[in-house]
Amino acid sequence: MAKVPVQFTLNGSEKAEFVDSGTTLLHALRDKIGDTSPKGGCHQGTCGACSVIIDGELRLSCLTLAETCNGADIRTTSGLAEAGVLHPLQRAFLDAFATQCGFCTPGMIMAAKVLLDHTANPSREEVVEALSGNICRCTGYEPIIQAVLTAARANSQNAA
Amino acid sequence: MTLALQTFSTVKDANMALQAAGTRYLGGGTLVVRAANEGDVSVSSLVRVTEPSLSAIAVSGGETRLGASVTMAAIARHPELAALAPAARAVGGPAIRNMATVGGNLFAPAPYGDFTVAMLALDAIVVTEDGQVPIQTFLAGRDASRAIVTGITFVLPRAESFRFLKVARVKPKGVSVLSIATLLQRAADGTVTSARIALGCMADRPMRARAAERALLGCRLTAEEIAPALAVAGEGTSPITDPIASAWYRNEVLPVHLGRLLLA
Ligand SMILES: Cc1cc2nc3c(=O)[nH]c(=O)nc-3n(C[C@H](O)[C@H](O)[C@H](O)COP(=O)(O)OP(=O)(O)OC[C@H]3O[C@@H](n4cnc5c(N)ncnc54)[C@H](O)[C@@H]3O)c2cc1C
Ligand code: FES
Ligand code: FES
Repeated sequence: MAKVPVQFTLNGSEKAEFVDSGTTLLHALRDKIGDTSPKGGCHQGTCGACSVIIDGELRLSCLTLAETCNGADIRTTSGLAEAGVLHPLQRAFLDAFATQCGFCTPGMIMAAKVLLDHTANPSREEVVEALSGNICRCTGYEPIIQAVLTAARANSQNAA
Repeated sequence: MTLALQTFSTVKDANMALQAAGTRYLGGGTLVVRAANEGDVSVSSLVRVTEPSLSAIAVSGGETRLGASVTMAAIARHPELAALAPAARAVGGPAIRNMATVGGNLFAPAPYGDFTVAMLALDAIVVTEDGQVPIQTFLAGRDASRAIVTGITFVLPRAESFRFLKVARVKPKGVSVLSIATLLQRAADGTVTSARIALGCMADRPMRARAAERALLGCRLTAEEIAPALAVAGEGTSPITDPIASAWYRNEVLPVHLGRLLLA
């Protein structure tokens, strides 16, 4: 199988790799580039654990072919902390016990991040809707919803 | 199992490549890449097109054209397509809606195809390079179709004449038990003068409820007057049985949900 070049920006730094044609972005990120923050839960689009942000939109990296991302701006949870300081969403997830086994967490955080990027003060319904493509088998969801609402409040207080 | 992806800048070139055995078109990939991940070896090669017209939305007067690559998210947020937003929002969760295309939804087998149910109620026209076909003809022949769908055209409904309902068990984003779209024209006294009713999950692909449409003509939307239409809503259906619901259950609840939608 012929290798094809893929080139994109991952969390602000340029990445270039050769992958087999048809390789999913999830596979390229985890096994080629070494960013293991997106998780492979189902490879069917059902669990959301592989969620990443591509050009500002939430996408499932398990159903996205790496070759279609040439030139894209890709964001993952591993790029959120700055100089060792956790992002407000990461902080809120830890404080609210919104992460147990942690497998769903990077996907949940990506889904929450696009919500907060567009909606400074989301309602509870908006948070539930934003997380509706992400499955968690541990927490029962409530702590996750609370963590996102807390991070939104922290963000808007910082902005004020 | 590896896939070879070929990218073309024109539909014409991609259509040629699509004639090869084992080759499928790649829309948003939510069904076709999933199939490959699940080990479907019937797909060995994918073809995609980067032509910008495929992602265009054009609304002029009521005439609307959606390019085949337009996503559910783009429809849901478009200010002039508010009437269709409930149907677009019915598809999957936020990430799926950012990927799922109009073109892919036309091919989605039950329990999927919620947006196509809305398009069927609007009697949309499906456009390929070879010409235009009414959506019902397209759906009947889609398994044998090898041509890339480039877009879909329809007359945008007035908000009060068009209704859409998706019934799901998991809120807010479960897979459909069934979905229903209705387009009703009514006279000044409220009697129905024309009716189109489209159903999802009541067969392997979206279908029209012809008997119910006929029975609604001349009725006002009261529980008593719509009863004969509800009684024949299941005529011609052969619903799927899947982990969400059995065929029997879908047939039982169809008149209940159609009634609620008509009386809403
Ligand atoms: C977790 C999950 C939840 C989902 N929930 C829903 C839901 O609630 N409702 C719903 O309706 N669907 C749902 N779907 C199914 C699917 O996401 C949608 O039906 C979507 O619209 C399919 O579009 P796509 O562009 O991703 O299709 P693709 O996977 O790209 O293509 C699907 C098929 O259509 C063909 N095709 C695509 N575009 C064209 C074209 N322009 N011309 C010719 N052939 C074409 C492809 O070759 C392929 O055979 C869900 C899927 C997943 C994974
Ligand atoms: S691994 Fe992508 S949605 Fe589950
Ligand atoms: S914390 Fe375990 S799946 Fe969510």
